[in-house]
Amino acid sequence: MIVIRDLCKSYATTSSTVTALSDVNLTIEKGDIFGIIGFSGAGKSTLIRCLNRLEEPDSGSIRIGDHVITDLNEKELRLARRKIGMIFQQFNLLDAKTVWHNVAFPLQVAGHPKPYIRDRVAEILELVQLGDKAGAYPSQLSGGQKQRVGIARALANEPDVLLSDEATSALDPQTTYSILELLQDINRKLKLTIVLITHELDVLSHICRNMAVIEGGTIVETGSVDQFFLNPQSDTARRFVGIVDRYRNRSYRLEGAGAGI
Amino acid sequence: MRDDLIDLLWEGLQQTLYMVFWSSIFALALGLALGVALVVTEKGGVLPAPKLNKLISLLINSVRSLPFIILIVLLLPLARFVVGTTLGPTAAIVSLSIGAAPFLGRIIENTLKEVAEGKIEAAKAVGATPMTIIFRVLIPEALPALVRSITIAIIAITEFTAVAGAIGAGGLGSLAIRFGYQRFREDIMLATVLVIIALVQAIQWSGDGVARAILRRRTKAE
Repeated sequence: MIVIRDLCKSYATTSSTVTALSDVNLTIEKGDIFGIIGFSGAGKSTLIRCLNRLEEPDSGSIRIGDHVITDLNEKELRLARRKIGMIFQQFNLLDAKTVWHNVAFPLQVAGHPKPYIRDRVAEILELVQLGDKAGAYPSQLSGGQKQRVGIARALANEPDVLLSDEATSALDPQTTYSILELLQDINRKLKLTIVLITHELDVLSHICRNMAVIEGGTIVETGSVDQFFLNPQSDTARRFVGIVDRYRNRSYRLEGAGAGI
Repeated sequence: MRDDLIDLLWEGLQQTLYMVFWSSIFALALGLALGVALVVTEKGGVLPAPKLNKLISLLINSVRSLPFIILIVLLLPLARFVVGTTLGPTAAIVSLSIGAAPFLGRIIENTLKEVAEGKIEAAKAVGATPMTIIFRVLIPEALPALVRSITIAIIAITEFTAVAGAIGAGGLGSLAIRFGYQRFREDIMLATVLVIIALVQAIQWSGDGVARAILRRRTKAE
């Protein structure tokens, strides 16, 4: 379970301070696929990056499982991060290393013995369907394959939580779909909690069970994904759902199918 | 052209290569340490220490603001302390290494800064220590660009050896000045210039070749 309490974060610019998050409270159940949706600049990226402290929060607390992440010192944080996988919009693979070495990297960092690493990398590459690409370098892979490597790397140390920072935003719709299927598959097989941020409604409707809407650095709505689509409460949610509805109505009109609905 | 030409050139070239080789090794060791230190101690770096960063930067700027020929003179006492003399190629290596290290430090700093922040964050996110990030992420990811930067620096060091030749370091620079200029041996002047041009070309080609080979390996078709 992930519990976020009164989380605040602001950035100092040369002339003023910009508030990225103010008093964020959120509870994410173990094993959930939880989506955080918001428009650009709403603070969703800052929020997810606070969860493994790639961004240092100014105040508030974050608890993931038994760890109060916000109380850990550097060394404890490094250990805790092994159990918090993260995938990124830009994949962030190491170009100097093969697929195999990219996936082995977190295991080597954790100090596992070589035979274990060999077995584990093979197993995890099989899971993301890249068993035949172990010797390839990232520059030889497609976007979808790169993200699969990113996922394999994030899962290598058998984390309890997977953070997805716009992981499908750089991919085409078809690849996005296959990556989402993979995430869903992993969530089922490994009983892993997935927290993802996105600005794509498709992502939310495809795989998330629960979700939160973030707007101007605060959570304005939380609940199940069904509730969000059927009865959006917040301004941001209505705008998101409104865009979809407008297109749906127009396509019905264009196809003359409106009367049948 | 007289028959001493080949012998003189050969000796000069050997001394120059000797100076370039060892100065490059020492300057590279020092420069890599300086460059890495500059990148990681920066605000928001892997091991932030802004005060230390400023201090290193100041030190580098100070050494770099001195014309090389003055730096050599300033470092003569150090050369005497380390190798026991201020004359000859070995003494020159001391000044050359220290003179070139700050330059190398700066270009290595610039090269390492080109490594995408996201790669470093990905390493942080799996719990990598700062040392792991430096040696397993930062340096390998920048390697092809580093090789190119280091090539530039080795060529600069080659130029420096010629300057050092003016005050008793030996090598091709010294040959050009003592024979070509002071004894009006135009054949030696011309031959020296040609050899230095060839040497610089060879260094550039080797550097390009190594950088290309690294990149080719990383993009090879399976």
